[in-house]
Amino acid sequence: MPTRHIISIGDFDRNDIDRLLDHAAQIDERNYDGNALCGKILAALFFEPSTRTRMSFESAMARLGGSVLSVGSVEACSMAKGETLADTIRVVSGYADAIVIRHPKEGAARLAAEFATVPVINAGDGAGQHPSQTLLDLYTIRQSMPIDGIDIAMVGDLRYGRTAHSLASALSLYNARLHTISPTGLELPANLAESLAEKGMEIIEHDDIRDVISTVDVLYVTRIQRERFPDSASYFNVASSYRITPELLADARDHLIVLHPLPRVDEIDPRVDDSPHARYFDQSRNGVPVRMAMLMQVLQ
Amino acid sequence: MNASASGENEGLLVRRIKNGTVIDHIDAGEALNVVKILGITGTTQEALSIATNVPSRNMGKKDIVKLSNRELSKEEVDRIALISPRATINIIRNFKVCEKKGVEIPTLIEGVVRCPNPGCISNTHEPIRTKFRVLPGGLHCCYCDWVINRDITGHII
Ligand SMILES: [Zn+2]
Repeated sequence: MPTRHIISIGDFDRNDIDRLLDHAAQIDERNYDGNALCGKILAALFFEPSTRTRMSFESAMARLGGSVLSVGSVEACSMAKGETLADTIRVVSGYADAIVIRHPKEGAARLAAEFATVPVINAGDGAGQHPSQTLLDLYTIRQSMPIDGIDIAMVGDLRYGRTAHSLASALSLYNARLHTISPTGLELPANLAESLAEKGMEIIEHDDIRDVISTVDVLYVTRIQRERFPDSASYFNVASSYRITPELLADARDHLIVLHPLPRVDEIDPRVDDSPHARYFDQSRNGVPVRMAMLMQVLQ
Repeated sequence: MNASASGENEGLLVRRIKNGTVIDHIDAGEALNVVKILGITGTTQEALSIATNVPSRNMGKKDIVKLSNRELSKEEVDRIALISPRATINIIRNFKVCEKKGVEIPTLIEGVVRCPNPGCISNTHEPIRTKFRVLPGGLHCCYCDWVINRDITGHII
């Protein structure tokens, strides 16, 4: 590993990722020491709410015998009142053996790593990085198929959807082919598309999911946020044409998996939940073994 | 008396300094940006002279900046490369050029430009200097990965 911090998936090379996913798979088979982190304390500093991510880290730490000092967004904000993040991090470094941080500002985790005397794990910084999400996305794909050379379709808001951005970057290490389907104005940012292409990734834009549904291996669906549209009529119009339904999936390959970083709103019809293609709840559950592997990496 | 008149003229434009730094061969019109990127402001103590659009055999026109009683460090000098890569630096001691060097594009610049991303942690009141990696495509913010690929001088702090 380049550092003991986990800040950005961009800091990982292919070997680092594979090793971590292998470890997560081992953990998933209950092949781990439930006291591996006994006596270790994780400080969870959430400067903005994200109940799922926090619970998933808490669960991961508890399963390894460690404990968590959890600071909710309200307390974190009052704690930080008038204080710099740098100072908060220096202080909390004295209370815990590792820090997991979620913060609304981009680069906050990178800054935290500069001031911390213990390892820092980024649990999402603004529109920036969220490496544990990317790792669990990759892990979920790998449970169904080898990641190498897959055809993945990313659907929805690809402009602001940071989980899609960092998953795409990571997949460029696996020779994946990327198909994008997004509403006008919410396309993949040009500079990201360029940098992916430089890394050798083939990117193909499509207007309609139906054009690719029978040829792709993975469908990665992201949330289209209502506030990106001028009125609810235009939102519903767009949202309905990007909705994943059983009828759409009728043409899919047998092994196709549907992923979504959750929470979903209208993007996936609930009738899809029982289909063998639906993997978004597994994906969310996979957050625990993946985060256990991350915690063991930084704390052991 | 043409020669002497032009000599006088030259003298006015580029008066010799006893000790300090002469930055020569600055792209015409960039002298003020060079001063800005070096962080030399109205409050600094050094005597500063600036000549712009000076005729130059190689460059057509060039700018010159002279800074008395201050020898620029390599880190300071290399920032100039971001806006005027052909500039040359002369360190003057007792009216003599003691050192002559070109500028090299640095790999990392700290505390020189501001990140244009309003959501970036470097734009808050944290006790850090901005930090950018200099890559072929532009300046990359080390905190938020934002890229400045044009108008670098417009982003100087
Ligand atoms: Zn930035």
